[in-house]
Formats: sequence, C-alpha cells, structure tokens
Amino acid sequence: MSVTTRRTRLAAAALAAITAIGGLAACGNDDDKPAAGEKPAKLVVDTFGEFGYDEIVKQYEKDTGIKVELRKTAQLAEYRPKLVRYLATGKGAADVTALEEGILNEFKPNARNWADLNPLVSDHSKEFLPWKWELGKAPDGRLIGLPTDVGSLAVCYRKDLFQAAGLPTERDQVSALWPDWQGFHDAGLKYKQGSGGKAFIDSITAVSNGVMFQGNGDLFYDKEDNIIADTSPAVKNAWDTATSMADISAKAQTWSPEWSGGFKQGTFAATFCPSWMLGIVSENSGPANKGKWDVASVPGGGGNWGGSWLAVPAQSKYPKEAAKLAEYLTNAKSQVEAFKAKGPLPTNLEALKNEAFIGYTNEYFSNAPTGKIFGESVAKIQPTHLGPKHQAVKENALEPALRAFESGQADKAKAWEQFTKDAKTQGAF
Amino acid sequence: MSLSATTAPPSPAAPPSPDVPSRLRRGRFLNHLDVKYSPYLYIAPFFLIFGAFGLYPMVRTAWMSLHDWDMIGDHSFIGFDNYTRLFSDEYFWNALVNTFGIFALSTIPQLLLALFLANLLNRTFLRAKTFFRMAIFMPNVVSVAAVAIVFGMLFQREFGLFNWLLSLVGVDPVDWDGQRWSSWFAISSMVNWRWTGYNTLILLAGMQAIPKDLYEAAAIDGASPWRQFWQITLPMLKPTFIFVVILSTIGGMQLFTEPLLFANGNILGGSQREFQTLAMYMYEMGIVNLNSAGYGAAVAWAIFMIIVLVSLFNFLLVRRSAK
Repeated sequence: MSVTTRRTRLAAAALAAITAIGGLAACGNDDDKPAAGEKPAKLVVDTFGEFGYDEIVKQYEKDTGIKVELRKTAQLAEYRPKLVRYLATGKGAADVTALEEGILNEFKPNARNWADLNPLVSDHSKEFLPWKWELGKAPDGRLIGLPTDVGSLAVCYRKDLFQAAGLPTERDQVSALWPDWQGFHDAGLKYKQGSGGKAFIDSITAVSNGVMFQGNGDLFYDKEDNIIADTSPAVKNAWDTATSMADISAKAQTWSPEWSGGFKQGTFAATFCPSWMLGIVSENSGPANKGKWDVASVPGGGGNWGGSWLAVPAQSKYPKEAAKLAEYLTNAKSQVEAFKAKGPLPTNLEALKNEAFIGYTNEYFSNAPTGKIFGESVAKIQPTHLGPKHQAVKENALEPALRAFESGQADKAKAWEQFTKDAKTQGAF
Repeated sequence: MSLSATTAPPSPAAPPSPDVPSRLRRGRFLNHLDVKYSPYLYIAPFFLIFGAFGLYPMVRTAWMSLHDWDMIGDHSFIGFDNYTRLFSDEYFWNALVNTFGIFALSTIPQLLLALFLANLLNRTFLRAKTFFRMAIFMPNVVSVAAVAIVFGMLFQREFGLFNWLLSLVGVDPVDWDGQRWSSWFAISSMVNWRWTGYNTLILLAGMQAIPKDLYEAAAIDGASPWRQFWQITLPMLKPTFIFVVILSTIGGMQLFTEPLLFANGNILGGSQREFQTLAMYMYEMGIVNLNSAGYGAAVAWAIFMIIVLVSLFNFLLVRRSAK
C-alpha cells in the first residue's frame, strides 16, 4: 500500500471518528419535552448573592409537592458567565433564573432566550412598582421577568468610629449631616481630622455608583440607546462628585479582599448600602461588630443600586410550572419574608405596605427600622434608563478610570480620557 | 492410459474436508486485519480525544473568528475583518507587551535558577539526592489557583506580608497591582515559584545523559569544574534547554490564572490593564463581552500563531546547533 493512500485512509478514519463524536454530541441534545400537564418532580432556581428563598421554597414544596433546588452563586461576576454558557449551549439553565438589572438589560436584545411570561401567569402589572414592572419587558413586548427587589440606597455607618472621631451617632443626626454630597464630603473631612487621618468611605467608585442612580437623567445611553457617555451631564456629575471624594477614600475596591477585610478592620467608617447589601455588611463585619453599625439616609435623597427579576429560560422543560414558582416567589408574602431573612427590598406594592415589613427592625444594625427607612426611600427612586451594555461600561470603563485616578496612576483629565475612550468600545453592541 | 488419469493427478493429500481451508483462510484474514489495522486501533483513543477536544474546538474557533458572533444571539460572516481589527487594537498590543514582559521576567530568571539548581543536584558528592529532587518538584504539584490566591494575599496592599516586611525596613507600602513593574514582578514570582523545580528536573535529566568520560577526559586535561560546565555541560544540554524554552514559551503565552486571580478576578488586569495578558484579553473579548465572541476567537488564533512563530524560532536554533 502506498504511503499516500494510507495517509488518505488515516485521514478518512480520523474524519469519521470526529463526525461520530459530533453525532454523539447531537444525540445528547435530546429535545424530549414532557407531555403537557405532566407535573415536574423538581424545579431548579438559580440565584446570586442572597435572595432569602430558603424558607419560602419549603412552604412551596409542601403546598405543591414539587421539589425545589436552590442553586446559589455568591458573586454576580461568577454567576453571569455560567448563565451565558447555559444560554449559548442551550442546556443547563435553571427553570427559574434570577436576572440582575445589568444582566437583564444585556440579555434583552436576545429576548427569545426567555419564555414570555404573559400567557403563563395572571396579570400582575398593577401589583408592582410601575417602572420596575416595565423594565421586565423586552423590546419585542414579551414579559421576561417578574420583579423581585430594588436596591434602594442608604448609608451604613459605624457608630463607634463616628463617636471616636467626634461625629454624631444618632441616625437622624447623622442623616442631617449630609443633606447633599457636599455635606457628605465635609463630614468625611471632619471624620478624617477627628480620627487621625483615617479614611471615611470605602472607595470613590461606590460614590459614583450612588450619584449615578439618583435619577439625574440618562447615563451612558440616551433613550434610543446611542452611547452618550462622554457628553451625559448625569455621568459628568457622578464623575465630579466621585473624584472630589478621593481624599476621604480608603481605596478599597468593592468586593476585593481589601474591601471585605476592611469591614472588620474598620478601614472605613461608612459605605453605601442598598438594602440587599445589609446581609453582606453583617457577614463581612462578623458577629463581633454586631450593634456597631447603623443605617442613615443617602445624600441627595433616594437612589437605586441593583435589584433583580425572576425569569424563565426558554430551554426550561416546565415553563408553566416554573412561571408559577416565579409568581409565588415574587408575591407580597414571599417578598416580606425574603426581606426579613436577607434584606432584599420588596417591589410588590402590597409588601411595601405590609405591617410586618414597615415595622421591621434590623437587630445587627442597632435595631435600625430598616423597613421604614428603605420603604420610604423606595418612593423617591427615579427610574433611570440603562442601555444594553450599561454594566460593561460601568465596570470596565468608568470604574477602572476612577480607580486609576484614585490611586494616583492618572490625573483627572487623563482618567476622563481613558473613560470616554473605553466607554465607546465597551458600550458597543 | 486414459486421459482422465493424467488430468486428475492423484493428490497425496486427500482433498481436504471443506471447512479446514475456510478456517485457515479466515485465520489468515484476521491475522492480516490485525497486522494492518490494529495499530490504528491502539492509537485511536488519543486521536478521538484529540479530535473532540483539540481539533474540533480549533476548527470551530477558526470558523467563529470569521464571523461577527454574538454568544447568545445571531452571527454573520465578515471574512477577515476581525483579524484586520487586531492590528489597530491598542489593547491587543498592550496585552501582547504585558504577556512578553511577564514571560521574560518569569522565564529568564527561572531558567537560570533551574540551570544552577540542576548543576548542584548533579554533583556526585550531594547527599539525600532523592529528597532534594522531590522537594524541588513540590511547588509544581500545588494547584495553580491555590498558588495564585496565596501569592495574591502576600502581595496585598493593606494586609499583605510583603508590604509588612517592607514597612519593617522603612519602605512605603507598594500598591502591587497598581503599577506595571510591580504587578509583573508579583505575577512572575508566582510562575517562577511553581515552575523552577519542574525545569530543574528536566535539565537534570539532560545533564545525566551526558557521558561521564567527557568530564573525565576534561579533568585529566586540567579543566576546572567551571570550564567543564561551560564547555561540556552547556553545549551538550542545548537540545534539552531548547525543549524547556519551548515549553516555557507555550506556558508563558497562555498565562491566565495567575494574573486573573491577582486582579481579584477582574478580567481587565488592573485599572489601566497593567497586567492583562493575551489569554485574558481573549477571554474578555470572547467570553465576557457577549457580542464580540468572533473577535475573541480571532485573538485566540493570534495567540496560536504567536506560539507557532516563537516555537519555530526555537526550532531553527536547534537545527543550527545540531549542525
């Protein structure tokens, strides 16, 4: 046998083997939808951070006889790639999937990955905060998500550190310190002086985040989703406010080890707390610091950071039951219970009026009436239009530039230049 | 004599019963099959696995790189646009510089140190040889994530060990991930820690393959150990050395986990991309940014081409040394 024919044969064999494997993979992609009306034995729920569903699903399991598996991912940054993989490969997604605001916006242009909840659940449009409900809809009109929580902003502060630095400690007096951001900066300087040069806030990116979501107009995108990051007054305002705070910042990037370690070490005395952050603050600070934290209002009135929706991926085998579960998890009763367990702030109007919610005080945070504080601030939230790649522009253009300025790697003008340039590439879609 | 007698010769062996030759024939046929094809069968598992996890992803990536590809949406064919875009992409070149910088910082000291250690271990007077050889290889057994996490803690700005040590001698704390040189230094120290022992063992094996009589002859001629090292060990070690360099090149061009964990999982690698490597840039474009998966695939192929080029360069060096 000549060498060439042998080679061809070998190549043919290899090719056959590869096709065989490809065929195998195709076989794995079975599309066996269960017969209509068949009850699932188990539904899977994917969440990130803390949604507080552990006790709620137990009740659901008892009521329906359907087992619920909660899959939790600690950080959004790890949660998103998993979700992308599920969608890109068409398998692996949970039946009910929590979508954070940034992810939801990014996924909206490809809405067909998600089941339309409109025909699957009864009409709840009047039961939720109207703007929150609207954001759950895709451009093509389908309803992708049912609202879970909003990230109404407040300031968490360390009473003991405030006292040592000669600042007031009562939450009303503390709130009175900073009616606006200028007042916040002044308080920070005073703290720095009184504490022997210690930092007041965790980072200036936390400030920019707070300022941006106070509803001062369009941010990185206009209503038609054109990128306006370099000209938007709201972004410039957030930039200027944030950069002015560099002298009172601990330069601890949110979620970094410096940041989570900083809670215990007291490297900063205040941070911005959407209500879902309360659970994270108490976890990072540990039981030893119980009662040292308290909650005051945010400078400049309300604001919103984050918040989520529950969606059903189109690949779910039980879209109807999954939608019903999402409906159950977002009803008024469940939202109040979730708030009490882990702090996500209700979006269900009935839950916001609920006595148990309004009267709730948080033991860890010096018995602060968090239900009342956050409940009142929800009303002040000005919904902001976030474009499809808002999250990418914020995380990969704005915040790196701010950090470069904060750490002294770039001056203000150079950092701004870096931001506007990166915003264009990161924001493209 | 009848005609039939001549045409029908008496066969000494009676005509065999019909099943014997067919069995024989089948046996011969199976034997033939065995000789011809079973070698392919033996090597098939490798090629099957390589086809599924090596070749197929490569071909698929090449296909993706010719498209404007949205990970969870549509894609359209755009030819070589992704590749032309690479040339004017500032951040691609930045990642290339970072990758080569960290590669140089980690490979050069590491190979010199490995050479030195191998030479020490090769000494005849050394006691407890096996212990030292084992000990030097240990770091390579530790998982890369564990190494990166521990080193990341050592290099922390606020609570890190190195900054604490520096403060003892009165040096201001270094913001390790805030500057190019310091971040490169930190990352290459992780690579060095993990791979020096591995390279030492390979070089040691190369050294032990050098015939002893060369050294004896040199010693008789009065050559010092230093001169023996330069004129016998090093030239004889060249092929092994090139092999080690190629391996380090492949590893260095694909550096990913160490810088990523050093940046706390931020794919940008520092607020001004001070230590974003090519592999990280590929991941940013291909996986993190959903709508530029095609461009990410082009970056992946660019990395592949760069590795091929550098390895080819090394290969030419070997050929020249063999002449």
